[in-house]
Amino acid sequence: MSITLQGLRRTSERTTIEETRTDKIFLLGVKIMLWIALILVAVPLIYIVANSFSSPSAVSAGRVLLWPIEPSLKAYREAFSDPLIMKGYLNSFIYAIGGTLISVTLTIAIAYPLSRRTFFGRNVIMSVLIFTMLFSGGLIPTYLVVQDLGLLNTRWAMVIPSAIGVWQVIIARTFFRSTIPDELYEAATIDGASDLRFLWSIVLPLSKPVIAVIALMYAIFQWNSYFDALIYLKDPGLYPLQIVLRNVLILNQYGGAGAQNLAQQLEQQQLANVLKYALIVISSLPVLVIYPFVARHFTKGVMVGAVKG
Amino acid sequence: MSATFEVKPARGQQPAAAPPAASTARKPPRTTRRTQAARSLRRHWQLYLLVVVPLAYFVIFKYIPIANAVIAFKNYSPIKGPWGSDWVGFRNFELFFQNPVFWTLVKNTFLLSVYTVLASFPIPIILAIALNEIRNGRFKKTVQLVTYAPYFISTVVVVSMTILVLSPRLGFVNDAIGLFGVPSIDFLGRPDYFRHIYVWSDVWQTTGYSAVIYLAALSGIDPALHESARIDGASRLQRIRHVDLPGIMPTAVIILVLGVGNIMSIGFEKAFLLQNPLNTAQSEIIATYVYKTGLLNADFSMATAIGLFNSVINLFLLLGVNFAAKRITGNGLWS
Repeated sequence: MSITLQGLRRTSERTTIEETRTDKIFLLGVKIMLWIALILVAVPLIYIVANSFSSPSAVSAGRVLLWPIEPSLKAYREAFSDPLIMKGYLNSFIYAIGGTLISVTLTIAIAYPLSRRTFFGRNVIMSVLIFTMLFSGGLIPTYLVVQDLGLLNTRWAMVIPSAIGVWQVIIARTFFRSTIPDELYEAATIDGASDLRFLWSIVLPLSKPVIAVIALMYAIFQWNSYFDALIYLKDPGLYPLQIVLRNVLILNQYGGAGAQNLAQQLEQQQLANVLKYALIVISSLPVLVIYPFVARHFTKGVMVGAVKG
Repeated sequence: MSATFEVKPARGQQPAAAPPAASTARKPPRTTRRTQAARSLRRHWQLYLLVVVPLAYFVIFKYIPIANAVIAFKNYSPIKGPWGSDWVGFRNFELFFQNPVFWTLVKNTFLLSVYTVLASFPIPIILAIALNEIRNGRFKKTVQLVTYAPYFISTVVVVSMTILVLSPRLGFVNDAIGLFGVPSIDFLGRPDYFRHIYVWSDVWQTTGYSAVIYLAALSGIDPALHESARIDGASRLQRIRHVDLPGIMPTAVIILVLGVGNIMSIGFEKAFLLQNPLNTAQSEIIATYVYKTGLLNADFSMATAIGLFNSVINLFLLLGVNFAAKRITGNGLWS
C-alpha cells in the first residue's frame, strides 16, 4: 500500500520536474545493465531446459543452445523409469515433509516462550542459542553424537541433527513479539486460558504467515541438502535425490551395464548425457514452481528477523 | 526482567506469592530475581515444559559436540570413547602445523573466501540500486524474479550446471570462445581456474537474493530526502551517492561483517563438489581436508583438531571484525 502511494507520488513529480539529459542517459545505462544481468542469469537456465527436451544425439553433439533440437522426451522417460532416481525422489519428499513438521514444531516450541516477557531466563536461553551460530564442535564430534545415538544410516539422521535453525527461531520470536499484544494474553487469561491453550487457539492462528515462511525455509533447505546424507547414510535405499544427482551428474555413475556392442554403448552414453539435463530440471522443479509465490513472504520473513536480532 | 507491577488476574491460589510492588522494590535485588523466577516458573510452567525438548536438542547436537571436541587433545579410541581416550596434549595440532599441506590449506581457504567476499559484496548493491532507479513495474519484477531464482537451486545442481556449461566437449562456453578462435579449455581440470569458477558461480546464484535485502533497505529511505535533493537539482547519480548509499550503509556493514567474519569457514559443500583430482592444488580447503581426514581416513582426533583450529580462528575473526565495524561505523551485529 505504502509502496504504491510512494510510486504514485514519484510519477506525479516527474511531470513537475523535468529529467535532465544526463539523467536520461544514466537511466538508459541502468536499463541496459539490468538487461545484461537478466540475460546472464537466464541463459544458463534456458540452456539446461532446452537440452533436457532435445534428442540424445543432438545433446551429445553439443548442438543445442536456447531451443530444443529434435524435441524428445526420452530423457524424462528414462529418468521416471529409473528405480534409483524415483526412490531418491520419494526419499527426498519424506525427508522434506517429515523434517519440516519436526522442525516447525520445535522452532515454535522454543520461539514462543522466548517471545514472552514473563518468561524468566529468556535472555540466557537466547545467548545459549546464538552461541551455537558462532562456534561449533565440528564435523567429527557431531558425527560421534549421531553415532552414539544409533542414528547412523537411519532416516532419523536426515531430520534430527539439523532440526532447529537459530535463524528461524529468531524470525518466529520476533514475529510473535511484534504481532501478539500483551493485552490479548491478559484477556485470554481472564477467560481462564492456560499458556498452552493461548498458544494453540490464539497465537498459532494469528501467526500463519510466519509459520508458512519458516516451513518453506526448512522444506527447501531439506530438499536441497546433501551433506548430512553424505556423511550419515550408507544404504542407497535411503539416499535423498541430491545424493543420487551427485552420483549421476558429478561422478558420472550411470548406465554402462547391459551394453552388448559399441553402438549400444554409444547410445547409452548419449542417453546419460541428456539425462543429466533432465535430472536438473526434475529436481529443481518443485522448488522453482513454488518460489515465486513465496518469494515475497520469504523476504518479509527475513526482514522481520533482521529488525532486531 | 521488567516491572513487577503488572496486575495479573488473581487465580486465587497464591495470595502470598504476589506481594505489593512497594515491598518488592525494597528487597535486595538477588532475592527479587529469585522470587521472580520462582513465580514465573509456577505461573508459566507450561512455557518451561515447551522449551524442554528444543533445549535438549541444542544440548545434544550443539553442546555435547563442543565437549566431544576434547578428542582433539587425545588419541581417540572408539572403544574408550571421547572421555576415556588417552591425552596427547597439543600433539595433533603440532603434527598439523608441521604438515606441508598446512600452508596450502590455509592459503586456499583464505584466498577463496576473500575473493568470494570481494566479488559478492558490491554486485548485489549495484543490482539493488539499479532496480531501485527503475519505475517500470513489470520489467523490474521480471528482473527480480529471475535473478532471485538461482538462490533456490541446490548446490549439487548449481555445480552440475557449472560443469555442464563449462564442459570442453558439450558446454556452450567453449563453443562461445571457439568463435574467437580460442581452443577449447578444460576449465575444471585446471587448478588456476578453480577459484574463478567457484566465485562467479556463487555470484550467479546469490546476487538476486542479496539484492533483495538491499532493496528493502532502499525502500526504507525517507522519500522526502530524495524530493529535497531533486529540488536542489541533484542528478540521479548524485542522489545515489548522497542519499541511497548512506541509507543502506548499516545493512551493508552487517553483511560485510558476516562475510569477513566467516572467511575461514567457507562452505564444504560447493568446494567438495567442484573438486576433482586435477584441481586439488587450489580446491583443497580446510573443510574438505577435515572431511577426508576424519571420515575417509578415520583419523578422528586429527580431523577434530583441524576443525577446532578453524573454529577458534573463525570466532576471533568474527568478534574482531564486528568490534572494528562498531568502532568505525557505529553499526555491528549486536548493536
